[in-house]
Amino acid sequence: MGEDHDGEHGGPGMTALSDPRDFVAHEAALLDERRFDDWLTLFAEDGHYWVPLLGAAQADPFSHNSLAYEDRLLLQLRVGRLKNPRAHSQHPASHSQHVLQPSRLEREEGDEAWLRTPFLYVEARGEGQILLSGTARHHLVRTLEGWRIREKRIDLLNAPRALPAIQLFI
Amino acid sequence: MNLYRNRPDLVAALVQDDRVHRDLYLSEELFALEQEHLFASTWVFLGHASQVPQAGDFVTQEIAGRPLLMVRQPDGDVHVLYNRCAHKGTQLVTDECGNTGRFFRCPYHAWTYKLDGAPLGLPLKNGYEGTQLKACESGQGLSAVRNVKVYRDFVFVRLSDTGPSFDDYFGEVLGAIDNMVDRSPEGKLMVGGGVLRNIVHCNWKMYLENINDTVHPMSTHESATKAAEALWEGHAPTDPKPMAMEQILPFGSGYEFFDRMGGRVFANGHSVLGVNFSIHSNYAQLPEYEAAMRAAHGEARAAEILQRSPQNSVFFPSLSVKGSPLAIRVIRPLAANRTLIEAWSFSAAGAPALLFERAMSYNRLVFSPMSVVAHDDVHLFESIQQGLRAGGNEWVSLHRNFDPAETQQATVTTNGTNELLMRNQFRAWAKTMTASMGAPA
Repeated sequence: MGEDHDGEHGGPGMTALSDPRDFVAHEAALLDERRFDDWLTLFAEDGHYWVPLLGAAQADPFSHNSLAYEDRLLLQLRVGRLKNPRAHSQHPASHSQHVLQPSRLEREEGDEAWLRTPFLYVEARGEGQILLSGTARHHLVRTLEGWRIREKRIDLLNAPRALPAIQLFI
Repeated sequence: MNLYRNRPDLVAALVQDDRVHRDLYLSEELFALEQEHLFASTWVFLGHASQVPQAGDFVTQEIAGRPLLMVRQPDGDVHVLYNRCAHKGTQLVTDECGNTGRFFRCPYHAWTYKLDGAPLGLPLKNGYEGTQLKACESGQGLSAVRNVKVYRDFVFVRLSDTGPSFDDYFGEVLGAIDNMVDRSPEGKLMVGGGVLRNIVHCNWKMYLENINDTVHPMSTHESATKAAEALWEGHAPTDPKPMAMEQILPFGSGYEFFDRMGGRVFANGHSVLGVNFSIHSNYAQLPEYEAAMRAAHGEARAAEILQRSPQNSVFFPSLSVKGSPLAIRVIRPLAANRTLIEAWSFSAAGAPALLFERAMSYNRLVFSPMSVVAHDDVHLFESIQQGLRAGGNEWVSLHRNFDPAETQQATVTTNGTNELLMRNQFRAWAKTMTASMGAPA
C-alpha cells in the first residue's frame, strides 16, 4: 500500500502496484472508465490481448481461430477507432462493467506472474446489454514502471456460441 | 397476418425493377413463406465434407427451420437425413458434431438405424406384430433428404422434391468454388480453425445484399480505415505490411477502385463481385507456392486461378465465397429480424500454412463478433431494420445504374458499383417465391 496507491485512478504511481492482484483490478477499472489510452500503456511491447474461440480448451492462437488476437498495433487501431466520431456503432456509446472475483496468483517466477480472475462482464449500449462470463488469465512481467501485460487471455464460457457484437474490451 | 399467403401476385409486386418494398425485410409472414418457398426449394449450403472424414461422423444443421444431420457412410458417401426419430420425433443427435459409431440409437426408446437411415431394430418387437408400423412412415426409418449435391466437398441440399437441378441452379458461378478449391495444388480444402458465429438483428437479405455493396466501405468503415491509416502513416507503399494491415488498409480504397473492380450477375441471384481485381488482389506473393500451382494445374490454369481474387461470389441465398483468403460466409436466417452469420476458414492441401493463416486472420479481423470493421456494418444493418418502420416511404432504392435492358439478360458484366448485383438477388427472390407458391388461389 502506501505510495503505490498515491495515483488512485490514474496517477503515475498506479501501475507500479506491487501486488499483481491489485494491478488486475486496476486494469479492469481503466476499461470501465473508458480510459483506453491509459489502459494501452499497461501492455508490454510484445503484449497480446487474446480471446480464444475455444475458450479454456484452446491450446494456442495459431492452430485455431480466436474472437480476437491482437498485438499492440491492433489494440491501438481499436482505441484509435473509438475516438473517431464516425465510429457509427458508438452512437450511442457502449459502457462496460467488469465484476471480478478475487484474482488467484497461480505462479510467480522471477519478474513474471500468472493470475486467474473469474469475471462477469456486462457491456451496455442504448436499451440493450450483453452479459458474458469467463476467466481472465493475466501473464504479467515486472518492469521499472511496474507490472506490464505480456498476455491477457480471456477464456469465455461457451465462446463458440453465436454472439452479438462485443465492442469494448472484455 | 395473412396478407401474402396464397397471393404470389402481391409477393411479386414487392420487387419492382429498381426498388423493393420494406416488407421484404420486416414481415414475419414473408419470413415464414421464405422458409417454405425459398430456402426449401433452392440449393442451400449445409456444410463441408471435410467436417465428416470418418464413417459415422456427423454434423447437425437446421435449414429452412428443419433439423438435419449430415453423416458419412461406410462407403464414403455423404448423406443428409432429417434429425428426427421415426418413432416420436426425438432428435437422434443433439451435439453440433460427433461420431455416432456404426448406427444411430435414439436416446428415448432405443430405436436404432443404419447410417443411411434404414431401420435396424427396436425393443419389444412382438408388440408390433399385426400393426401397421411397417407399412407407414414410422416403419421406414429416418427420412433422407433426396436432393443432396456434394460439389468439390461443398455440400448443398434442396429440401423440396421439386425445383431446378443443381447444375441448372448455379451454372457458371460454380467457377468461384473451383477457383477456391484449385488454390490447393491437390484440389482439396479442409475446414479448420473453427467457425466465427455472429447474431445480427437484421433481415438476412440486408446482409446478403451488403456483400455486393461496394459503396459503403468509404463511409461505413471510415473510423476503422482512418485508424489503420494513421498507424501506418510514414511507411512507403512498398514496405512489407503485417498481415492485419495488408488486410484492413484496402477497405479505405475509393469509389473509383470499387467501381473498376467490376461485377457479374448470373441467373437465379448469383454474382461475382471483383471480376477484374479486388481488395484481396495485392496480398504478398508466394513464389514457391505459385511454382507448385503451375506444376499441379499447368501454366495457364494456375495463372487463371491466382490472378482472379474476386471480392465475393454469392451463391444465392445462403453462401458467399472468397477464393483468397480461403474463407466463406454462410447466411443462416433465424427470423425476419434475426440472422446468424458464420465465417469459415479453410486450409488447402499442398499449399503453405500461410494461406490458412490469412483465412483465419481475415475472418477474425472482419467477421468476428469483436471485429472493429463489422461493428459498423452490424450497427447499420440493425439501424436499417429499425428505420424501415418509419412512415412516408415504404421503399428501398436500388436505382444505381439501372438499365431496362438488364431485365432481359441472364448474365451481365458491369461496373463494380452497379446495384444490379442486388437487384439480381431480389429478382431471383421474387421468381423463386412465386414459382413455388403457384398460381394465385
